Amino acid sequence: MNSNIFVIIASSAIFYGTPLFFAALGGIFTERSGVLNLGVEGTMLLGGVSGAWASQHVPGSAWFTVLAAIIIGMAAGALTSTLLAILCVTLRTNQTVAGLAITIFAGGVGLSSYFANIWKVAEAPVDRQVRRLDVFGWADAPVVGPILFNQTILTYLSWVLVVLASVYLFRTRFGLQLRAVGESPQTADAMGINVVKYRYLHTILGGALAGLGGVYYSLAIVPTWVDGMTKGAGWIAIALVIFGFWRPSITLIGAYLFGALQSLSSTLKARNVQVSGDVLDALPFFMTIVVLVLVSTRFAHRRLGAPAALGFPYEREER
Amino acid sequence: MTSAVRMTGIVKRFPGVVANDGVDVDIRAGEVHALLGENGAGKSTLSNILTGLYRPDEGTVEIDGRAMQFSSPRDALDAGIGMVHQHFRLVSTFTVAENVVLGESDSPFMMDQSRVAQQVEELSNRYGLAVDPSARIWQLSVGEQQRVEIVKVLYRGAKVLILDEPTAVLTPIEADALFKTLRAMVAEGRTVIFISHKLDEVMKVSDRVTVLRGGKTVGTVETVNTNTRELASLMVGRSVEFNRVARSIPADVSQTVLSLRGVSARDDRGRDALHDISLTVGRGEIVGVAGVAGNGQRELAEAISGMRALSSGHIDVAGEQVQSGRARSAIAKGIAHIPEDRLHTGLASSHSVEDNLALKNYRSSSLSKFRVLRRKAIRAQATDLVQNYDVKTPDTVTPVRLLSGGNVQKVLLAREFSSLPKVLIAASPTRGLDVGAIETVRARLVEAAERGVGILLISEDLDEIMSLADRIVVMYEGRLVDEVAAESADRERLGLTMGGSTVSGGAR
Repeated sequence: MNSNIFVIIASSAIFYGTPLFFAALGGIFTERSGVLNLGVEGTMLLGGVSGAWASQHVPGSAWFTVLAAIIIGMAAGALTSTLLAILCVTLRTNQTVAGLAITIFAGGVGLSSYFANIWKVAEAPVDRQVRRLDVFGWADAPVVGPILFNQTILTYLSWVLVVLASVYLFRTRFGLQLRAVGESPQTADAMGINVVKYRYLHTILGGALAGLGGVYYSLAIVPTWVDGMTKGAGWIAIALVIFGFWRPSITLIGAYLFGALQSLSSTLKARNVQVSGDVLDALPFFMTIVVLVLVSTRFAHRRLGAPAALGFPYEREER
Repeated sequence: MTSAVRMTGIVKRFPGVVANDGVDVDIRAGEVHALLGENGAGKSTLSNILTGLYRPDEGTVEIDGRAMQFSSPRDALDAGIGMVHQHFRLVSTFTVAENVVLGESDSPFMMDQSRVAQQVEELSNRYGLAVDPSARIWQLSVGEQQRVEIVKVLYRGAKVLILDEPTAVLTPIEADALFKTLRAMVAEGRTVIFISHKLDEVMKVSDRVTVLRGGKTVGTVETVNTNTRELASLMVGRSVEFNRVARSIPADVSQTVLSLRGVSARDDRGRDALHDISLTVGRGEIVGVAGVAGNGQRELAEAISGMRALSSGHIDVAGEQVQSGRARSAIAKGIAHIPEDRLHTGLASSHSVEDNLALKNYRSSSLSKFRVLRRKAIRAQATDLVQNYDVKTPDTVTPVRLLSGGNVQKVLLAREFSSLPKVLIAASPTRGLDVGAIETVRARLVEAAERGVGILLISEDLDEIMSLADRIVVMYEGRLVDEVAAESADRERLGLTMGGSTVSGGAR
């Protein structure tokens, strides 16, 4: 029963969707503060390469090394997005250009690949990985076993995060203030909210989550280091933020949808289904375009509630 | 009485402008104190300093006798100063309650909407500020939004409330309700600073008035000891009259410069906005289009100026047909347009004065050769126009968005008139301008009419239409419902037809 193709696809949808969700959740925080982060792809790769390096070099017990790798990967992501925050919030550069610059600078043929080279990350396997767990020993339970009880610790973490993030955004004072900063920084400023601080903190938090997504690639999915291994996941994550209407719960569903598309190719190949692999690999990106076209319609624009100040630098003394 | 707020020697400079140049104000606790001045006199800058948005370059601010240095709006709020901005500081997707608690530092970590809703309701009842705490801001009328702003400041326990041009967006009835609220607040010992350039209002609501002109304090007077005439001359530095403007050269209606025949057009959402409009404007004639905003005036102006395609009908200028929806055709036929939204439709706001002045005629051989702009010629044209139209700008390369409202309008007038049009469409040409600028704009319109330009003056301001127009038509729901000669125009009848009541033939 558990080798049923739908069970396999559902299980791998969650497995492949998890890093997309981390990166997209980061995007939600960043964009809710009014900053557009197009540097997600590059940020994920820097997180991934740092995590892989840590997994190979941090001594200690296996779980300690993996924990260290996760933290170091997140720190690398946070550092990268700090650069974005300096560019976008303090220097008020064009956010599109700044984000693209970061992806090009840090991405598959940039800094992440350079670090992989000098640290010789790609030459050795990543032995200490984030592995699938067997929760309560139910991994083999029919249908729900592979889907719900045979995921990595990071997937379970993401389920906790979706709740925490929703509560934070919509139920707490800080979430309200964050949304105000993204909707109308003038209002937030006039009400004594520190716009710059909110934008910095949430851009950095977003980068850390993108870094976590990158670690998931190099420690759980592949798991080894390959240059440019996220293969555009960062861009899908940016589309997911919009697809999820800037809400964590809907974004999680969207992430699993795209996760399913991403896993389709390997799943079908393993079953000897005759479909061109290139077509299947292109599916998530085709879907990304479809989603972005759909949500760009006028109806969607009015309903979605994109943060009104998204992409606009805030300057108080402008007149 | 003690001073609630004392500001001494305030100086604030912006690039190219000194907005406040040594302003002194002394506001007593428990009074309604009006700050009166034209646009650009420095009222808003002064209030932004008091609320911590701007930091003064020089001068001191004292609250209840203690010197204060605000570095952010937070500091000002903590000192008990709350501001109701002219452009509301509200998050439109949030509820009223969410907007009210926004930024409150001692609100609990988890929000309790019902508790806030209850407090909002309490405040609104106490001061007669009816608002529904669970409504979202975008669902509210402008008047309601203003009440939210006031509740917001009161919720923070503000002792001093600053209201920046609060009646600009209100109907007369709403304005009266606001004045009652202000009185109720003062009766409780709060202090109100009321910023305005409307004399009648200031006379009606304030205890004392401080007049600002050109960034300086002109003086402070007790309201009971003054009158509108004195305040007006303090405000503009000379006496001002608003009367029917006489023209030395009368209109020549035998020559038609603009004619609309059966014009219909749709609005942005595709609904019919203009129904079968026929209208003529004679040489040198000013035709006023009266009506409540949103009855098709914007679409009419856009249709004539070629910015909106017609669904049927024709527009002719001096006998030549204008291509529907072609702005360039309209310009070529001699139509000039002063749009309602000067900074977005009329001008490229972040472009320089000289580029904006060349926007309409840059194709002419004097300004460009082989499609390459001749900068020197463009600058020379701008220098001339800036001088002729008395535009106050540091230089011709300053972006127009940095100019004050009156000067922005002068740039627009200069460009449109310099094209020597046959027809001018002027939509609310004096809205938001100060008394001096209004005078200038009106004088320019009359001058143009005397030169033979046919003018269609679209305005919500009946006084303006009655003092300038030869003939008045009334627009209601996309139709012209009434037409009268200006000298026999009756305010009451116009008011009725603007509101959609039909006037039976000849009955007054």
